[in-house]
Formats: sequence, C-alpha cells, structure tokens
Amino acid sequence: MATAFSAAKFTAQPFPLNPASTTSHDSSIVFAKPTSLFLGSTRKLRLTSYSKFNLSRRSGTVDAVSDVVKQKKSKSSPSLLITKEEGLELYEDLVLGRAFEDMCAQMYYRGKMFGFVHLYNGQEAVSTGFIKLLKQQDSVVSTYRDHVHALSKGVPARAVMSELFGKTTGCCRGQGGSMHMFSREHNVLGGFAFIGEGIPVATGAAFTSKYKREVLKEADCDHVTLAFFGDGTCNNGQFFECLNMAALWKLPIVFVVENNLWAIGMSHLRATSDPHIYKKGPAFGMPGIHVDGMDVLKVREVAKEAIGRARRGEGPTLVECETYRFRGHSLADPDELRDPAEKAHYAARDPITALKKYLIENSLASEAELKTIEKKIDEVVEDAVEFADESPVPARSQLLENVFADPKGFGIGPDGRYRCEDPKFTEGTAHV
Amino acid sequence: MAAIFQGVGAAATLSSSPSNSFVPKKFLTSPRRSFCVRKVPSSVVVRSDGSVNFDLNSKSRRAQQLVANAVATKADSSAASSSSNPGHELLLFEALREGLEEEMERDPCVCVMGEDVGHYGGSYKVTKDLAKKFGDLRVLDTPIAENSFTGMGIGAAMTGLRPVVEGMNMGFLLLAFNQISNNCGMLHYTSGGQFTIPIVIRGPGGVGRQLGAEHSQRLESYFQSIPGIQMVACSTPYNAKGLMKAAIRSENPVILFEHVLLYNLKERIPDEDYICNLEEAEMVRPGEHVTILTYSRMRYHVMQAAKTLVNKGYDPEVIDIRSLKPFDLYTIGNSVKKTHRVVIVEECMRTGGIGASLTAAITENFNDYLDAPIMCLSSQDVPTPYAGTLEEWTVVQPAQIVTAVEQLCQ
Repeated sequence: MATAFSAAKFTAQPFPLNPASTTSHDSSIVFAKPTSLFLGSTRKLRLTSYSKFNLSRRSGTVDAVSDVVKQKKSKSSPSLLITKEEGLELYEDLVLGRAFEDMCAQMYYRGKMFGFVHLYNGQEAVSTGFIKLLKQQDSVVSTYRDHVHALSKGVPARAVMSELFGKTTGCCRGQGGSMHMFSREHNVLGGFAFIGEGIPVATGAAFTSKYKREVLKEADCDHVTLAFFGDGTCNNGQFFECLNMAALWKLPIVFVVENNLWAIGMSHLRATSDPHIYKKGPAFGMPGIHVDGMDVLKVREVAKEAIGRARRGEGPTLVECETYRFRGHSLADPDELRDPAEKAHYAARDPITALKKYLIENSLASEAELKTIEKKIDEVVEDAVEFADESPVPARSQLLENVFADPKGFGIGPDGRYRCEDPKFTEGTAHV
Repeated sequence: MAAIFQGVGAAATLSSSPSNSFVPKKFLTSPRRSFCVRKVPSSVVVRSDGSVNFDLNSKSRRAQQLVANAVATKADSSAASSSSNPGHELLLFEALREGLEEEMERDPCVCVMGEDVGHYGGSYKVTKDLAKKFGDLRVLDTPIAENSFTGMGIGAAMTGLRPVVEGMNMGFLLLAFNQISNNCGMLHYTSGGQFTIPIVIRGPGGVGRQLGAEHSQRLESYFQSIPGIQMVACSTPYNAKGLMKAAIRSENPVILFEHVLLYNLKERIPDEDYICNLEEAEMVRPGEHVTILTYSRMRYHVMQAAKTLVNKGYDPEVIDIRSLKPFDLYTIGNSVKKTHRVVIVEECMRTGGIGASLTAAITENFNDYLDAPIMCLSSQDVPTPYAGTLEEWTVVQPAQIVTAVEQLCQ
C-alpha cells in the first residue's frame, strides 16, 4: 500500500492547467468557459514525476521505459518508443477504427442499421494504445461506444458489421446490436447500454483472475481487465464503488477514462465538481494518471505501466485520457452545443495524422507503406459490409434461444413436459 | 390470532400459540421442536421424497402415502429412500449452509460474496465458519455496494466462477436492480449465448416481526418480469438445502428467496446428496376439495388453516409452488383438474405480485377446469407498518384462508 500512497502523493499535486493557475479548486476553473480549459492544453505526460513513482515502487522491478523516454526526450528524438513493426500495427488499428466507424455512419444513413449508434471517431488512440498491449486472455469491458474496442481486441470486422446490421452472423447473432458487442473468443465482455454498469462486470473479471491465481492455484494466471468508460460515468456511484473494491483487493484491472469532455450535451465541467478525474484514483488508494489521449504513443507508454502494474499483482490504476469525439454523441445527435473552435482544435490533433507524421519523420515507414495499409483497411471494411449484406437475418426460431443457458428455465408445461421440448419452442412461435 | 413466529435473526424461536378456542393447548410447541400440525400425537412424517405429511388419521395417512408417491417430484424421489438411513436434524439456516458448503467442496469455483458473509458468518448465520474453512477470497466480505458487488459477481460468473451473492436483506437488492435486470438476466441473450451467468442471488426477505417497511419487502414481485432469470423460494430445511444446491449447479442465474422468519425451522433431512428440482412445485398435502397454492412462509399459515379446515370437514390440497418463475404448470394443472377450485395464498402485495401472475397463468391454461373464480389472498398494498397489530393485518392470516376456502366451496 505504501507504493500506492507514494503515487497518491504524486498525483495529489495540482496538475497545472495553465502556467498561471496552481490550485485545482480555484473556482475560476469551474466557471471558466467550457472550451478555454482544454484548448491548447499544456498537459504533457509527466515523465519526470512518473519515473519518480517508478523508482519508489517497493516491488523491486523498475520499469526502464519511462527513464529511457526521459533521456531520449532530453535529446529530443524519442524515436525508440516503437519499432517499425509496432508502428505499422498501431497505424493499421487506428485506420481500421476510423474507416469502420465512417462506414457505419454511411450504412446508418442508408438504412442498414438502426437505433442508437455511437461512433468512436477521434478517440482511436485510446483503444489502440491500450488494447494492442493485451493478450488474448485479457479482458476488455466497454460502454455503448464499443465497436472500436471490439475491433482492436481482435473481433473480425465482418462479425461487428453483421452485428450492426442485425444479421445472424454477427458476433452476438444479431441479438445485441451496436451497444452490446461481446466476444467470448477475444474476451470482450461487452458492450453496455447504461453507463457505469460495465465497470462492476470488469471488476468481476479481474476478481476471477485473482481468484484463479490464489484459490485455484493457477500460478501463471495474470490476466488483466481493462474497463473503458467516459467522463460522465465518473460521476456515477458504480465507478466509485468499483474503484474502492479494486484497490481494496488489489485487482488486476485498469480503469481507463475516455474523457471527451461531453456526455451527450452535458459538458464535463458543468457536471463535475472537481473535473480532474485522475485525482479520484489516489482518494481510493491507487495511482491516478492523466495522459494526452490524442497521442497513441503517449497512451501506449502509460498503458504499459498500468497494465504491467496489474499483471504484477500491484493493483489497479486509474488512467484519464484526454480525448475528443469528432462526431456527435450518436448518429442521432445534432451536435449543436459544442464550440466549433474546440472541434477544430482537436481535429488538428487527429491521432491518425499524428502517428503518420511520427512514422514518416522518424523514417519508420514510408508514405507508400501507409497508403497500402489504408487501402487494405478499405478493402477489409468493404468486405465486412458485403458480408453483412449477404448474411441472413435471424430466423424466427432464434427468438427463444439463448434466453436461458439451460432452457429448462422456461419451466414445465401443463402436459408435464419441459416447455423447451415443445416444437413450437424451437420454431420460436411458442409464447413464453 | 395465531402468532406463529416471534423474534428474528439467529435467535428466533418458533412457537405456536393459537388463539381460537377449538385448538387444544397441546398444540403449543416449545421453541426448539419442529413445527407440526396434528390431531393425535403421532409423529410428523417427513418423507424421503420431501413431502411433509400431516398425520391426521390412519385412513388418510394410507391415502396420503399412495397419493404422495404419485406426485412426488422426480428429483426428490431419486434421493436414496432407504429406511435404514436415519438422516440428521437441523435448522433451515443450517440446511442452507450445509448445501452451500457441500457445493463449495464439490466445485472450487463456487464462491460467496456479500456483506458480512465472511468473518461475521452472515447476518442469519447461513455462511457461519465458511470463511475459516475456505478463506477470505472464497467467502468475500464486500463493502456496502450492492449494485457493484452484484455486478462483480456477474462479471466473475461470465469469466468462469460460480458466485453466490448474498443480499443481507432481499430489500437491499433493490440497489442491485440495474445489475440484476440488465446484466444478470440479459447478458446471455445479448451476447448471443456466448456468456453464461451461473450466479445465485439469495437472501432473506418477506415480512418479519415488526422490522419496518423497508426490511419487510417482497422482491419476488419486482423481479418476476426480468427475462432470463429463475426464481425459487424455499420453505423447509429439506427444500432449502435442495434448492440451494440445484441453484448453484444450474447454468442459469437463479434468485433464491429465503424468509426471515423461517430460518429456525427444524427438520430431519437425508444424509445423502440430493437436490430439489428448480422448476417443480412441491405437494405438501394432497386433497380433493380445493387447491391451495402458496410459497415460503405462507405455507405455514396455510397448513395451520388446513388443520382447521380438516376439522370442519374440508379436504384441501396444498401445493408449495416453490418455483416462482417459471411456474410448474403440470403439478398446478393436475391439481386444478382434480379439485376445480383454487385459492392462492401469498405474501406479495396484491398488485403485480406472484399471485397475480399465477392467477393469469391458471386462467389462461386451465379455465375450463375451474368451477369458480380463483381467489387470490395477498398482502395489503401497504408499506408494512411497524406496529404489531397493523403488521398482522397486512399479511394473510390463517383465519382469512379458512374463510376464503369456505366461501369458495359453498
């Protein structure tokens, strides 16, 4: 616990928002214009303080990456942050997320999918930065803005698109939809429509990991769970309750806040007494980190630390990623409240453009290679749409399947047989 | 007015102090004896098939023996019924613990989570000493965060564990409604069948002894619409242990309703391993004149009323429906087809309670067999008052049941 508290001390210092302000409870911050706070953010990844945190860890393992970065930064050439291979992998994932979501918008307006569709444009760095560090057995829990989390985790684009079209070949057989992406194979535990309700589920998955190690004696079980959610969720009780439990039992979980400043039309600053979400971590005994969520490399560095902590059994971390969604809350949102200047500011920090620039400037990839990737992704997405289009819609017989894992749960009918044995049942015409 | 129970919690004692005149004083039972209804001092027959027969006279006993076997539930009768095995006596909360302990020994993935389940042993001692035996992680003391730890249980269930989540009082699970409705019930479906949620959510509910409105809630009526869950209510040590084990073994999410006032019921149960089928109802007393459907604590009010009714010459058939969702339409239907009259006695509120659903189900399926409209006796739609007299009048009392049957059978 000493470790967490030393980290807590670190993050308890006010994070300077601009050179002039030093106290975080300054009322001028709360009542400032919504956009002034984060426009031209001066937040940088606090590598110096962060590495202090590393060194003060009692576990004995010192993660050298941050020190390396610190050294490199002083030489102002941090080109060793990623290898070429990693760079291309990251780029491909970012582009896949963007292209997929853009296609979703097109398909929605063409009437191929309905309901509430929440697109992730602009936030790709968070998904790619975190999820590309995971193993297959690690779990991801998300919210309704979950298409790209599922894609990053490895769910095929075909399966996600089919699910959105409501076809039986979708990852959830068409029964979940946009807001309920699940994959047992890739350990995507959802996809939740109510904000906050995924966080306890993620905590449970982390609990299982700890249980497997300590009770079932699977010594090498170091599965980590990532819980993604937004700024609005950080005012919800389940968030705080789970921060408490995760820290209490040192669960292998990382709480990733995708702070895009807006909960539909509610500005984060209008909804939150202390808008610095990362500060809420130390209040519960875990480190709270703030990172520039538009920069995939910075996110990745922080993610490495946080996931490493969890894997080593040191407990949870709260990571606040400052990010932005380029589109409205959902495809039904007219997006009238946000200041165009704010949108323009973040559009200039597009994660894909930033990574592209980085790769080219550091000679990790050529324009041509990146173009090839973009073309490949275009084909993947086109193929996904074709596949989804051609897939069958669910038959009536699917209606009553999967309600219960054990269909005996439908009970015993008047004739003494279990209702699920009734042929009308398998046809889907029985009335339950 | 027969005040059957007094006191709550681990120290609750069970006594029967009838006030109507024709019940002889010898029916007063001392606290530690099992609850029984008898006309002549012969023993309560707790059959190995789980039905409890109230031994009224030798003739009906023989008839009962024949009838009881005919309607015995399959799973119950599969338990070894050798008469050489004496079984062992215990209280209902001990039966629950025994069932839980046996399942935890059998499968290391079974774990318990809840408030005060570990070191405190459970507020009704259902998990007493389990933490000492299985450790703090398997019997997890949670902070007071129902929504989150129920959700945590669901996440754990999705990833391979089999948690038993305890609500200290069922009423507290109102705070977990989000998780129970959205995740517990629905995730198997919305994930297209990819994730199973073999969770058991259990706890004491029902109207106790002057516990006040918020601690006297009947959540079965609130949860019954949630698709994808099963609900069962235990009423005897035998079915408490059986249902607990069946619920833990089930792949479906099951909500097990216990009752605050029933924890100290004593019964002799078999030594060997047995489960009670989650979807089946229990024949408590076969009869010919009227079908009385009940569950949980009201079973005892019904049996008390049955005593009176038998004296008056009626022959009620009493069924403990046990499975609140889904209903066992077979057992219920057979009974309706035999007696043609139905009285439902429940502790739920009148509006939208289990009785209301059951009335609808019977009317839909067996309307042709009914000679009279179904009578549903429920609690008053009133927040349970603290004052003892008022509380008595909110729930159904045996005298009301007797009156209802008399009215129905005239």
